[in-house]
Amino acid sequence: MAEPAGADALVFAGVSKVFGTGTTRINAIDDLSLAIKAGRVTGLLGPDGAGKTTMMRLAAGLLRPDRGRVHVLGEDITKTARSVQSRIGYMPQRFGLYEDLTVQENLDLYARLQGFAAAARPARFAELLKLTALGPFRARPAGKLSGGMKQKLGLACALLRVPELLLLDEPTVGVDPVSRRELWYIIAGLRASGVSVLISTAYLDEAERCDEVLLLDRGRVLAQADPAAMEAELHGRCFKVTQPTTTRRALQQALLARAEVLEARLEATSVHVLLAPATPPLELPDTQWQDVPAQFADVFVDRLHARRPAPARAEAITAISPLAGETVLEVRGLNRFFGDFHAVKDIEFTVRRGEVFGLLGANGAGKTTTFRMLCGLLPASSGTLLVAGQNLLKAPAEARRQIGYVAQKFSLYGTLSVAQNLAFFAAAYGLRGERRAQRLAWAEEEFELRPFQAMNAGDLPLGYKQRLALACALLHEPPILFLDEPTSGVDPLTRSEFWQRINHYAATGTTVLVTTHFMDEAEYCDHLLLMSLGAALAAGTPSEIRAQAVSAETPDPSMEDAFIALIAAHEQTIRRAA
Amino acid sequence: MNGRRLVGLMIKETQQILRDPSALGIAFVLPLFLLLLFGYGVSLNAKHVPIGVVADHPNPITEPLVAALRHSRYFDIRPLSGLGPARDLLSRREIDAILWLRNDFARQTLTEAPATIGLIVNGTDANTARLVEGYVLQAWMIWLSQQNQVASRPLGLPVALQFRIWFNPALRSQDYLVPGLIAIIMTLIGALLTALVVAREWERGTMEALMAAPVTMAEILAGKLLPYFVLGMGGMALSVALAVFVFAVPLQGSLLILALASALFMLVALGMGLLISSLARNQFVAGQIAIVVTFLPAFILSGFVFDIRSMPAPVQMITRILPARYFVSILQSVFLAGDVWPVILPDMVILALMAVFFLGVTLARSHKRLD
Repeated sequence: MAEPAGADALVFAGVSKVFGTGTTRINAIDDLSLAIKAGRVTGLLGPDGAGKTTMMRLAAGLLRPDRGRVHVLGEDITKTARSVQSRIGYMPQRFGLYEDLTVQENLDLYARLQGFAAAARPARFAELLKLTALGPFRARPAGKLSGGMKQKLGLACALLRVPELLLLDEPTVGVDPVSRRELWYIIAGLRASGVSVLISTAYLDEAERCDEVLLLDRGRVLAQADPAAMEAELHGRCFKVTQPTTTRRALQQALLARAEVLEARLEATSVHVLLAPATPPLELPDTQWQDVPAQFADVFVDRLHARRPAPARAEAITAISPLAGETVLEVRGLNRFFGDFHAVKDIEFTVRRGEVFGLLGANGAGKTTTFRMLCGLLPASSGTLLVAGQNLLKAPAEARRQIGYVAQKFSLYGTLSVAQNLAFFAAAYGLRGERRAQRLAWAEEEFELRPFQAMNAGDLPLGYKQRLALACALLHEPPILFLDEPTSGVDPLTRSEFWQRINHYAATGTTVLVTTHFMDEAEYCDHLLLMSLGAALAAGTPSEIRAQAVSAETPDPSMEDAFIALIAAHEQTIRRAA
Repeated sequence: MNGRRLVGLMIKETQQILRDPSALGIAFVLPLFLLLLFGYGVSLNAKHVPIGVVADHPNPITEPLVAALRHSRYFDIRPLSGLGPARDLLSRREIDAILWLRNDFARQTLTEAPATIGLIVNGTDANTARLVEGYVLQAWMIWLSQQNQVASRPLGLPVALQFRIWFNPALRSQDYLVPGLIAIIMTLIGALLTALVVAREWERGTMEALMAAPVTMAEILAGKLLPYFVLGMGGMALSVALAVFVFAVPLQGSLLILALASALFMLVALGMGLLISSLARNQFVAGQIAIVVTFLPAFILSGFVFDIRSMPAPVQMITRILPARYFVSILQSVFLAGDVWPVILPDMVILALMAVFFLGVTLARSHKRLD
């Protein structure tokens, strides 16, 4: 790569970074050479373990490259780290805030660290508090802010001295859609004032907001280009497929069973399909194929597909209509208080056999609390909970036998091997003899865990951890499966593979309850409950919920549009009540 | 070192300390608790030790000996009928020793033959056993001299023993324990608390944000060190005040020397705490290391409770590398003996060297990077 030119904000030249030693050596960044232009917004995308965070930390001078050179704003960061650090802004993944200090105290601290003169502070604080709308919360401890407000405070701290280069490491993870949009609005403003921005993200739709996208995989650059140009390359390979005679999910399964189909995603009323290069629309009975523009998710799948073995696919199955099923879960007037805090407010819903039921909302919306009450892990303050006809509050042991539960972060024993984890959960569920052997064999077969048997669960790639957790929860063949944020932090390819499995279990009669903060995953659910601040915003099928947000400006709203519209309406009701 | 940045870091640290009940608890509530516990609860004195006396044949010669014991404030005397019941009581720990006057005791005393008395001591608790042995011996000596006065003949002993107890004339164990506690409290604040709060910054990701800011590592370390130094000295001041005013421990030496030695030891403890936190980046591990490496040795091996000279030679060697050992030695000298320079000066020099060593290693090891 060329010497650092004036127009490059960030240059990596032959950079390598290795973590660990011996057999656990990981080439986080592998001979990486690239240049990022100044004055632009560059998106950093890639699957788990691609090296996104390592690259950010190298650029912020927090890691020293093993080989190669990193030039930031024309300076060699290994030589002049502190001088570079006074010219950049960096926001780490968890925002780097002191949770026991107030908003103002956090700002004061970073202002002093940035060497701001006391006289210049009030004006800058006022500006930033206005930009982030945090003015009314100056005296609130940072730990008591919502996810979106924390993100904005973290950003304000990184922006105190207007940086020449702003590094944002996954600022939008777990943040509600409204706050995500506001963040992008702020970023657009920064670019207009000449700030270069490098932002890593797990949301593929955010790539389209960037001037340039850097696609990383296994520490190497897979692609670096204008996202629109990358999408244009896929022209003629993306289709909107509809089939009036079956459900979307059955159609998706049928499509994925074909080798030419690289990706099939559920959309509002259709299935979005990405075909292999030079493939004409498939001959499937009763299907209509409509040529549509590519989305960035297609680019992601297309670029990464060639480098990975195709995920195992459940064979196409004939769908069982979920609505015909009996009621397996009934929730009435569910409330939960933590001290004065009303965490879950009067939640009501019904789930039928074989249904995929989704609880959607940002971090702190009350999803996990609701889930824990449904699984009997947390007593409800009030309300009725019927699980498979059993009252969970009266006969918890009986009701719990009906449940398989995958907790956030998977709750596996990291220092036990895959086989030991499975054996433990088999014992915990009381499986013995023939049935035990049968189920363990099934788990290893179904989730392709056999090659990893001797590996410690903690060392598994994230996607396999997710599989193992699912296998453990399904060992005792529960009729109801609870999944708490199973796709959080998991890359889009693994997410899509995961949803194929879930669809398969649902189609064979297992009832699945799932929480997620990815709005696009809502399309995979038969019924949804949208939550915000502990209360139900809306309930119904995905299309019913979207229909609530149809307006003149958004005739065909996405789930995210609907969520934002519903939150705005909800806040208005609260304001009117107050 | 930039003043504005350092002030920023120190303000932040102070705000966190004031808002964190556990920090204030360790600095101010724990000293109170430990002082009360050791001041009132734990006593290493032998007082009212129950002793069984078996006189096989009570007579006017044995009576004065038993009376001498009875009048001693160290013993509670229980006359017993025979050795059998006495052994039972000893094994049930209702008495700690048996004094056995055999039926030929009076006869032996009256003849020129050496008269023997039997003393059976429960050796389970070696400390108490040794004390009982000494006290009984003392009581016996008193009885002997009385007997000789009665018989108006000189005591057949070449030397007359005179007891003087120096440095803790009242023999109060509080006077000995309470100064040592100050070392424990300062170890907790300097090493344990500091290691924990730095590990917490790593855990919560705030250390990453700090390091990406244009501050130097020396500023980050000083920003931790100074507020906790003040906190530790505050804990020390509280402990000294309680020791002197509540427990009436005499402070023979000067307050200035005490403050100087404490400041040196505080720097050592902070150096150890910061070094631990540069090795362990999560609170659990940092806490475990701090307890095993700093707190427990300070408690057990510093000479605070257990006398170093009665430890096996290899363990004595180990105590030489413990900063708390030197600080406890200074504390006990300053409180009980006064400014004994030949003791205090070498100890202070060693503490100063240790402070330079730990802080130097920490500064050399810490770099403003995550790897």
